[in-house]
Amino acid sequence: MDTVHVQGLRCRECGREYDAAPIYTCEWCFGPLEVAYDYAAITRATSREKIAAGPSSLWRYGDLLPVQGDTAVDLGTGFTPLVRADRLAAELGLGEVWVKNDTRNPTNSFKDRVVSVALSKALEFGFKVAACASTGNLANSVAAHAARAGLRSYVFIPSNLEQGKIVTTSVYGGNVVAINGNYDDVNRLCAELADVYEWAFVNVNMRPYYAEGSKTLAFETAEQLGWQAPDHVVVPVASGSLLTKIRKGFDELYKVGLLDDEPRVRVSGAQALGCSPVATAYLEQSDTIRPVKPDTIAKSLAIGNPADGYFALDVVRTTGGGFSAVTDDEVVEGMRLLARTEGIFGETAGGVTIATLKNLAAEGVIRPDERVVVYITGHGLKTLEAVSPTCGPTATIAPTLDAFHEAFEVEKDV
Amino acid sequence: MPVTVRIPTQLRNLSANAAEVEVEGATVADALKALDGAHPGFGERLFDESGALRRFVNVFLADEDIRFLQGIDTPVADGQVLSIVPAVAGG
Repeated sequence: MDTVHVQGLRCRECGREYDAAPIYTCEWCFGPLEVAYDYAAITRATSREKIAAGPSSLWRYGDLLPVQGDTAVDLGTGFTPLVRADRLAAELGLGEVWVKNDTRNPTNSFKDRVVSVALSKALEFGFKVAACASTGNLANSVAAHAARAGLRSYVFIPSNLEQGKIVTTSVYGGNVVAINGNYDDVNRLCAELADVYEWAFVNVNMRPYYAEGSKTLAFETAEQLGWQAPDHVVVPVASGSLLTKIRKGFDELYKVGLLDDEPRVRVSGAQALGCSPVATAYLEQSDTIRPVKPDTIAKSLAIGNPADGYFALDVVRTTGGGFSAVTDDEVVEGMRLLARTEGIFGETAGGVTIATLKNLAAEGVIRPDERVVVYITGHGLKTLEAVSPTCGPTATIAPTLDAFHEAFEVEKDV
Repeated sequence: MPVTVRIPTQLRNLSANAAEVEVEGATVADALKALDGAHPGFGERLFDESGALRRFVNVFLADEDIRFLQGIDTPVADGQVLSIVPAVAGG
């Protein structure tokens, strides 16, 4: 049985400490609370061999998570493929590029990682209802994991969400509440609901535990590279939590002795121009992140008031990474580039990430001598609307040889 | 001009567990100062040493983030609701 090495919760802003309870903000300064671990105990408990002998899921890293793996709400999340992407690299003039294909999770996005951890913790706390505010991927995952765990669920989404994401949430049978407003409106409502209802809101009162699930993307990347950290990672930014936790994941591996060398991972962030509050602060060299009203096809990244934006900004600055804010056209091009070169169909957020990789490579921020990992966090089938105007049959013809030859004259003798 | 301020759970130990407090004030800043006057302690929780709102404190006037209005200088009208809401993650 795994032992949980949690000491409590600590405010990221002012350092005040709290017991490990279903709370998420510091009572003093409103800063976000983060799980504090006994790293000496983890160092003693974990090893590469123990991890290798564990399940082919994120629960192989149970010693570095705030829940007991053997009581986990598990649909088989994690240990997704890390694919060497030579065609993509060649196209962008880069050397060694790897794609972490997190479309391969049970509900086809990285959100299964955070939800598996959050709802496992929710059961430990004795909650009977799971809830969340979501831009879509989290909705899918909470509804599915709640079904798996036998919890009732309330999922709150902006009413203008992609049809695919609404269907793939409601099929699991929980309550889906569409709000006439944007994600930030939905999120504010959920923060207020969490004061009234004793539910496990995965991204509100379960947030300190939820966010830890994202570290497993770094753990897997390092293990799959033969226990080495990459030189540079490109991560999509919505609330900023994923980017922050991927960096934390690499650092923790070194701290507990799983990496031999101190990681010096440069972390770059990817945002869509229509919702780029963190990228804008970075590019304007500002210390203030101004909230925005999102207007982009990359709806899974459409958070105008990013809760972890300051931490993400700090990570990108201190690691010497970069930021790009890409247009919707670049998003679609990015989705098609990844699909065309590597056979991986990512959602719009993946398009944002690939477009950012392309831009930062062109600017020389990402260099050809670096080993680069890009995170593709959701499946393209969730956002078909984005590519359907530019993707269709190459030709529509009669069922005859002549018709085919006429349509594909050039290639007839090939 | 009475304004209703909604208090989040984290700060209700300052308001004798009241979820809503009525205060007077012509602007958001005035209303929040009045809140600190009625229930001492709110000021240092909401504002930093320079007098700016702490960066993880969100204030909404009639459901609109005051950073899209005129910040703490935004005028408030009789009967409007001010909500203090912590930042939350997600996606």
